[in-house]
Amino acid sequence: MRYWTACLVIVLGMSALAFSGINNYFFFAGFVVLQAVVLATAWNILGGYAGYVNFGVPAFFGAGAYMALFLHLSLDAPLIVQILGAALLTGMIGLLVGLLTVRLRGIFFSIATVALIFIFETLVVNSRYLGGATGLQLTQPSPIIFENYQRGLVVLMTIMAVVAVSLARYIQESHIGRGLRAVRDSEEAAECSGVPTLKLKLLACTVSCALLGAAGAPMPMYLSYIEPASTFNLLYAISALAMPIIGGMSHWIGPVIGALIIASLQQLVTVTISSELSVLVVGVLLVVFVVAAPDGIVGLVKRWKTSSK
Amino acid sequence: MEDVLQIKTVSKHFGGFTALSGVTLSVMRGERLGLIGPNGSGKTTLINCISGSLLNDEGDIHFKGEQISKLPAYQRTRRGISRSFQIPRPFRSMTVLENLLVPLSYVRGITGRQADEIAEDILKGMGLAYKMNAECSQLSQVELRKLELARAMAAKPELLISDEAMAGLAGAEIDEVLAILFSLNEQGITIIMIEHIMQAVMAFSQRVVCLDAGQIICEGTPKEVVANEYVQRAYLGD
Repeated sequence: MRYWTACLVIVLGMSALAFSGINNYFFFAGFVVLQAVVLATAWNILGGYAGYVNFGVPAFFGAGAYMALFLHLSLDAPLIVQILGAALLTGMIGLLVGLLTVRLRGIFFSIATVALIFIFETLVVNSRYLGGATGLQLTQPSPIIFENYQRGLVVLMTIMAVVAVSLARYIQESHIGRGLRAVRDSEEAAECSGVPTLKLKLLACTVSCALLGAAGAPMPMYLSYIEPASTFNLLYAISALAMPIIGGMSHWIGPVIGALIIASLQQLVTVTISSELSVLVVGVLLVVFVVAAPDGIVGLVKRWKTSSK
Repeated sequence: MEDVLQIKTVSKHFGGFTALSGVTLSVMRGERLGLIGPNGSGKTTLINCISGSLLNDEGDIHFKGEQISKLPAYQRTRRGISRSFQIPRPFRSMTVLENLLVPLSYVRGITGRQADEIAEDILKGMGLAYKMNAECSQLSQVELRKLELARAMAAKPELLISDEAMAGLAGAEIDEVLAILFSLNEQGITIIMIEHIMQAVMAFSQRVVCLDAGQIICEGTPKEVVANEYVQRAYLGD
């Protein structure tokens, strides 16, 4: 109950802020931070719970963004339809990719997912309808409830973050989560304990990829522009992986903490110093946590609680 | 007594290497069967084929009259075949109790407080209840072996395959694990024991099967098998 109350407070709080006179930059940056929460949470469902490291995040994120663009151009679909369409498409791609690749373990699975980035980017670069290599300029629709469109997008992304985190929390606390943890610890022992490992991995892959695609869907309208090089940027893969590692992969709150810290820090460094240095921040923090606290902030807190008992 | 497991001319190849060649074997309900053989004789491959970790290339495996050769491992576990592993494979991110909750929920569909109680009972039977909230990294070798057996038991098997559950244990610890296996058999569970410790095999088994180079070379009572010339040659050489 406390969880759902907190979710309601967050959504209502963000809506109230969107009506306030706060500087527009807060919403511009807020969107990126909330998007990071969705990306990190989505990645963690497969990478953290099941132990399958997906390096193809930009492929699914980009496919979601371009699906939204396609629905906008061809059907003039509203944003909510674009998001659902993107989630459906990337979920299906995730299922297909899962069927082909989740039998591969470790580095082989990761390499297979990296290949997807280049496949999807090449498809978009060669599609004149989707803007090709130069991209497309878009006009934001007129705002409905809020003062400007971007504020509405931030509220929408808050709801998406709540949905993604709730889904991850449900998976973790249900027998699905226990099954995925068993898969991560020992796939053979899990299978011999009655866990349908292939089905669970496919489920995790589908849900994770659907959320990654949904996170990318509002991107074209948020920037009023889309082009393949930045949409399929490998940096999305690094960030989506770094945030759960830094926050802690064993609990749904880990990716949320990691995303809030890293994405906020990156925004701060980008504004005060440079965007190049913001990448360095992620790299340095990732190395520090992998070496000093492999269980992330959640692991540190757990250890501190245990030792203080 | 009826056969609970029937293995008919089962073969398994890894590339050009034949790990099992036309193995035929029946196991009766409630039986204690010892499976022995030198290293590389195909014991683990055979139990991997029975449990579903590997699919046999040729032949059939029937469990309680049902053909299970093509079933994935989790389906076989749900039908009543459980196993422990030669090298313990605990779910390290879980506590001892949580390890048992996996088969309890996935095989028997039991969750919540009822699952906790059943898991606790099983751990008591194994003498491991005092460690139920411990992380797996805090367990000793004998405790890890007991956890393997406890997790297998949580699936409520009719056939339990114990793969070298006593490897690396000291004398008193071997007796402890042996006593657990005897008590499980008394509950009606059929047990196939793979073991290198001959004293344990001889004390436990009603019937012993010896494999060498992927084939059964001898089958009989423990005394008969020990006295068999082919068995002696397989272990000691010509």
